[in-house]
Amino acid sequence: MITSARPTPAGAHERADIDVRLRADLSSRGPVLLAFGSAIVWLLVGTVFGDIASFKLHLPDWLVQQAWLTFGRMRTVHLNAMIYGWASLAMVGVSLWIIPRLVHTELRYGRLARAGIWLWNVGLVLGNLGILAGYNDGLEWLEMHRYFADPWLVVGGGLVGIALLVTLMAREVDHLYVSVWYVMAAYLWFPIIFAVGNWPGFTGVESGATNWFYAHNALGLWLTAISLGAAYYFIPKVLGRPVYSYQLSLLGFWSLAFFYALNGMHHLVGGPIPEWMITTSIAASALMLIPVLATAVNHHITMVGRFGALRYSPTLRFVVLGAIAYTAVSLQGMLTALREVNRITHFTQWTIAHSHVGVYAFVTFVMFGSIYYILPRLVQREWPSARLIQWHFWLVLLGIALYVIALTVVGVRQGLAMLDPQVSFQRSVEVTIPGLVARSVAALALTAGHLVFVWHYWLMVRGRAPARETLVFHEARPILYEPEPEGALR
Amino acid sequence: MMRVWLLLLGALATVGFAFIVLVAVPGVMLQDVPRPAQLQPYTAEQARGREVYIANGCVYCHSQQIRDPAFTTDVQRGWGNRATVPADYVYDRPHLLGTMRTGPDLINVGQRLPDEGWQLLHLYNPRTVVPWSIMPAYPYLFAVRDSASVGPDARVIAVPGKYAPPPGRVVVATPDAMALAAYLISLKRDYPVTAPAGARDSAGRRVAHTMP
Repeated sequence: MITSARPTPAGAHERADIDVRLRADLSSRGPVLLAFGSAIVWLLVGTVFGDIASFKLHLPDWLVQQAWLTFGRMRTVHLNAMIYGWASLAMVGVSLWIIPRLVHTELRYGRLARAGIWLWNVGLVLGNLGILAGYNDGLEWLEMHRYFADPWLVVGGGLVGIALLVTLMAREVDHLYVSVWYVMAAYLWFPIIFAVGNWPGFTGVESGATNWFYAHNALGLWLTAISLGAAYYFIPKVLGRPVYSYQLSLLGFWSLAFFYALNGMHHLVGGPIPEWMITTSIAASALMLIPVLATAVNHHITMVGRFGALRYSPTLRFVVLGAIAYTAVSLQGMLTALREVNRITHFTQWTIAHSHVGVYAFVTFVMFGSIYYILPRLVQREWPSARLIQWHFWLVLLGIALYVIALTVVGVRQGLAMLDPQVSFQRSVEVTIPGLVARSVAALALTAGHLVFVWHYWLMVRGRAPARETLVFHEARPILYEPEPEGALR
Repeated sequence: MMRVWLLLLGALATVGFAFIVLVAVPGVMLQDVPRPAQLQPYTAEQARGREVYIANGCVYCHSQQIRDPAFTTDVQRGWGNRATVPADYVYDRPHLLGTMRTGPDLINVGQRLPDEGWQLLHLYNPRTVVPWSIMPAYPYLFAVRDSASVGPDARVIAVPGKYAPPPGRVVVATPDAMALAAYLISLKRDYPVTAPAGARDSAGRRVAHTMP
């Protein structure tokens, strides 16, 4: 059941419905703005560090005099700032806004959630400063210090989770919409996998297996879960049309929960861990076809016949592209897990391209789209400039397209070169250089897009924008909306 | 779905199942991986070098694993004489298996490039010895000092060509650089481990074999 019925000429029922949403939005306003605000600071931090790391790969003598500026630390802060700063905090904001709306009540324990967001940020600052200073736990995706930084994230995330759970228990609807499943499950999954990943007792190949059990699930059971929850909310919401199939969303959710969790060892294909573990993960990766197709059908069929709506809704544009990227990255991931493909692409730039389809084209696009929808409803103003949104959209879209194409192509060339013992290793490095340079160009486009977005966000929250009566893209002819109930900002 | 407890219990069950399959069961199975007699634990200096390796993110460009020759050409490339096995990593905490080969695999670098002088020079600036390298230079692991102030114990690196220090000054390796070089040179997994699957030693413990 979708919360938004298509708006009809306002009757008592619709007015009550709008009232519920207004109360929900008012209750979550403070924590959501805090989460979004800090997410955007981390977006900028992650962007700067990513840019520097990208340039360093083809300018290896640039910025080498200080330890904290070395590639291995810049890249690591880029990853941690983007995953735990930008993506996670944006998702916290989306969760705190979406759950009260979906369960028709006010957010409970908002102050607890706010404290949780602050603690999470403290952990991030400590963790990333630690990485720059050389304190690194040595595990990919788990570099932040296990005792000085990570506990802040566990407690902070836990407090947000408690606020969400209490809100859920106070719900005024019986049915739990599919977005609720994804969001609430993610807050259960994350602390479990994070604790396992950080557990200090593992040695040797066990440490490797646990590392990738965590890192793959951080993507699958945390980033993907909440982003899919958001996509399930916004696509039907903006279109005013229910998702295609309830049964498919049920199948998609449970099969994702079951198969995704088993995928991690495909990061170690051919490696020294027991063969059956890798085979298990390859099989589970192939079975990801089930949740991916179920979700793809649900998202994309809901869109069919409504693509014109992409012209006037920036939210829909970002979220639908994000949903398409989810389908694409999942199919690519299944392919990459197959041994015959993996022997070429493993250890190459292909993997970096793949991870950016996931975390950028999917997760980040969904978060951009969500913020475009949510922020006007929190500050009671419409976005001041359609042009800034257009610039943001096209810069990041073209930027990520160039990024992914460049690194995918050179990744395959690199892999083929490494697979042929007649070809020198030097050759496998040289073939990547054009792709690495193109990636730096792409990084600049993404950076420009982020600056436009952050500037626009700043105008909104500082109230520098004139209040608007119309939708930001009103000049494009609305094809779905009928007249709005008076005084209601949907 | 209408029930919160069903949702949360189900979610707990799926992640719990994956935990059992990918973490708990392997944990039990790998408990008795034998320690190869030829593999020594890291010395204090090598262990410190490993910390330097981690702190500076070497793992993001270098793997430490040789894959099955039937599957890849790691062995033909000269990176090792056999695939690595769990027993090769019994002293590695955390693991540094790696996921990228922007640079070459390092699990046998100590067998391939055992010269400390070469390693130090390469760390100071890789392009002094490998002109096409895109590896970062690590000058901060070295100190450039007046030649007069350098004592006899200092490890002076003779840097040739355009990366050489100004006249009257020399490049001296810091203890971190020395430790990192010692760690790299210690990386060797070339002893034989081939044994029939399920073979046991005199104490009845399983013997390492190539395909566990």
